[in-house]
Amino acid sequence: MKKRFFRVLLVVLCITVFAVGCGKKNQVELNVYNWGDYIDESVLQDFEKKYNIKVNYDTFTTNEDMYVKVKAGGSHYDILIPSDYMIKRMIDEDMLEKLDLSNIPNYKYIDSRFKNLEYDPNNEYSVPYMWGTVGILYNKKMVSEKPTSWKVLWDKKYAKQILMMDSQRDSIGITLKMLGYSLNSKNPDELEQAKQALIEQKSLVLAYVVDEVKDKMIAGEAALAVVWSGDAVYCIRENPDLDYVVPEEGSNYWFDAIVIPKGTQHKKEAELFINFLCETDIAYRNADYIGYASPHTEAVKKLPKEITSKRYAYPLEEDLTNSEIFVDLGSVLKEFDRIWTEVKSH
Amino acid sequence: MVKSFLKRGYLFLLFAFLYAPIIVLAFYSFNSSRSRGTWDGFSLKWYIQMFQDRQILTSLYYSLVIGIISSVVATIIGTMAAFGINNMKTLPRATVMNLTYLPVLNPDIVTGISFMLLFIFIRLKLGFITLLLSHITFNIPYVILSVLPRIKQLDKNMYEAALDLGATPAVAFRKVVLPEIMPGVITGLLLAFTLSLDDFVISFFNTGSGVSTLSITIYSMARRGINPKINALSTLMFGSILTLLITINLLMSRQKSSKERTS
Amino acid sequence: MKKTWAAYPYIFWIIIFTIVPMGLLVYFSITVNTPNGTIISLDNFRRFTEPIYLKVLIRSLSLAAISTVCCLLLGYPAALFLSGRDLRRKNTLVLLMVLPMWMNFLLRTYAWLTLLERKGLINTLLGKIGIPPLNLLYNDFAVVLGMVYNFLPFMVLPIYSVLSKIDHSLIEAAEDLGADPLTTFLKVRFPLSLPGVMSGITMVFMPAVTTFVISRLLGGGQYTLIGNLIEQQFLTVGDWNFGSAISLMMMLIILIGMGFTSRYEKEQEGGGLW
Repeated sequence: MKKRFFRVLLVVLCITVFAVGCGKKNQVELNVYNWGDYIDESVLQDFEKKYNIKVNYDTFTTNEDMYVKVKAGGSHYDILIPSDYMIKRMIDEDMLEKLDLSNIPNYKYIDSRFKNLEYDPNNEYSVPYMWGTVGILYNKKMVSEKPTSWKVLWDKKYAKQILMMDSQRDSIGITLKMLGYSLNSKNPDELEQAKQALIEQKSLVLAYVVDEVKDKMIAGEAALAVVWSGDAVYCIRENPDLDYVVPEEGSNYWFDAIVIPKGTQHKKEAELFINFLCETDIAYRNADYIGYASPHTEAVKKLPKEITSKRYAYPLEEDLTNSEIFVDLGSVLKEFDRIWTEVKSH
Repeated sequence: MVKSFLKRGYLFLLFAFLYAPIIVLAFYSFNSSRSRGTWDGFSLKWYIQMFQDRQILTSLYYSLVIGIISSVVATIIGTMAAFGINNMKTLPRATVMNLTYLPVLNPDIVTGISFMLLFIFIRLKLGFITLLLSHITFNIPYVILSVLPRIKQLDKNMYEAALDLGATPAVAFRKVVLPEIMPGVITGLLLAFTLSLDDFVISFFNTGSGVSTLSITIYSMARRGINPKINALSTLMFGSILTLLITINLLMSRQKSSKERTS
Repeated sequence: MKKTWAAYPYIFWIIIFTIVPMGLLVYFSITVNTPNGTIISLDNFRRFTEPIYLKVLIRSLSLAAISTVCCLLLGYPAALFLSGRDLRRKNTLVLLMVLPMWMNFLLRTYAWLTLLERKGLINTLLGKIGIPPLNLLYNDFAVVLGMVYNFLPFMVLPIYSVLSKIDHSLIEAAEDLGADPLTTFLKVRFPLSLPGVMSGITMVFMPAVTTFVISRLLGGGQYTLIGNLIEQQFLTVGDWNFGSAISLMMMLIILIGMGFTSRYEKEQEGGGLW
């Protein structure tokens, strides 16, 4: 009895392996690589139905993970959605295809504010997907006055009530901003000062966090946190005691954009996909699901006014005056890493 | 008996420790709000959304398939290897054991990237097969580490006795040796399956073409915050396994009692 | 039983999947990327001896050691009780012990956040009976707790599988000769269970040294551990050479450490009961 059971199991296993291993493919397949939970799933299904193209959807955790996989060359992706500085790096390393914008007529809906940005000055390689700022999320009940400067994160009054981002570039970047320098600085003196400032701050920091910052702020575990604007929108909705501000020294504003890596076999279909994502209804659905700011002018019009009117969700031009986009730091990354290790080992 | 009470008490506390987070997770799968910071009321919406999410269901499927196949294969290869190693002379045995420790010692990222480079070098496209091969590879050392102590414990004389009594080596193995090492083999199988389910880094770097595991899907949500759909999925998975266990146990005890009645 | 041939498939597998990647690792660690091309250099290893990196290494090793010891102290009794003759449904209990590990690791660690936070579940419960909120998170306690939680089954299972098949006649013999339970344990049970203990320590200590997610989430990212450092080199900085060198150094350190314990193990074999 037992024997037969095991034999049947073995047969089933073999069939499963074969069935999965060799599927018949006569459809064009598009391999898309995106952040986790960063698209409205139904959008993919609509695309498949409309164009009869199968979408293989993979997710990555960080830009760096994605970069290693794409650079190594083992997988063949047709669409990637990385962040600004990573796009610049990939352009410099000749890893991206130039886009034929005549195949992407819906590009006209992208806000002209978001064209010709530093990481892709001639709009040859990317189409913006989502964007936002970095700023301070604070609990109005736990903070005595509205913060206006990054220096509030160094205020001893809020010892162990401060949450910093566990990300080298973001944390060192805003420290540089606090000191009045560029967050893309390569100057050793400026970096040394930033390191000292971070070491000084360490005793005041409750924790260096990643995404758990949202739940913590909503629960009132800390008074101040450094977050992305998209996350701030979500937090404020869940806990109205919270508010968000971009400090006067300026901050980082970031973009995630769609690119096509070199070596794709399906450039036409990829461009079709990008064009599809830029359709008003589709862009609106994505923005609605994800909750970050969309660069699509018509989609923004469709979104509820209570979101688009909030300055922290959709910053105005003047809010971005001192803000910068991250650029690729090249070899200075080693310095950043050293500083971060020293701060953390202190 | 105080001793028995203390023993059961200790085990109970330990299990409470092990299951506390699981209960918390299950709890929040019914939370109407997405955040772990507030409780907004009871809701089943995450369960509904989970069933509609093709991505999550596909990755669950692959996780289970890879988990089962890789743990079974690893157990077979690993058990055989454990026997072979046990019979080696000191020097080759030490070498092989140290080589066995290496994948366990290596940080996941190093193992993951080195496997990826290997696959690319031999022009194997990253996908299901490469994922399976990587999982089998990191599972085998754990099987060996589980089975080897049991083999060491074996009384060599029993096997010889069986042979002396006229059994063929194969029968002697099956009827004498195998039952003795079974706890080790089962332990190895369980550990391998567990490791396979939970692995992220190695899987991430060695898969492609839409083959994703549950771990990858979950870790990829790290930047945005883990969607409670995952809580719902985990709770369901857990619930089903627990139900299965309880059912098997009830059936077994019924079998036992009916056997006792007839004998 | 001349069964060395049984290991041959495994050895073949090792050669491809362990030796080749190791070769790559060694290659990366002894080379440096300069503007003039790749040259052989021990610079990566020298870099690792700088005080800041040694500090990281020592911290990682000590945290891993503490966690392993805690796992042993908590896990051995559990394995002992589970393997006891008077317990029914052993197999189910063992399976139940492994079951929580089938929930994703990240999820379980997040759940600990909810439990240990200042306004988390434990503090809320304690508050109800009048105890002020405890600082349970973002310290070494939380990190060790997380590690023990994660690695405990890896310690319990090998010990259990060895203990469960100890020849009971040996125990009875000891008792007949007048030994009390404690002596029986110390002189008979424990020495016989050592192979399982060694396996358990191996399976816990090694991953514990290179893990970093636990310290990041439960330790609040307060310090960099070896695992963080290596990951940073490979991903953020792109310095695979330094990352490989660190990995190799760490492996050597641990292998040397394990070398001592295996010598101890051999002594046990010689002094065994047959």
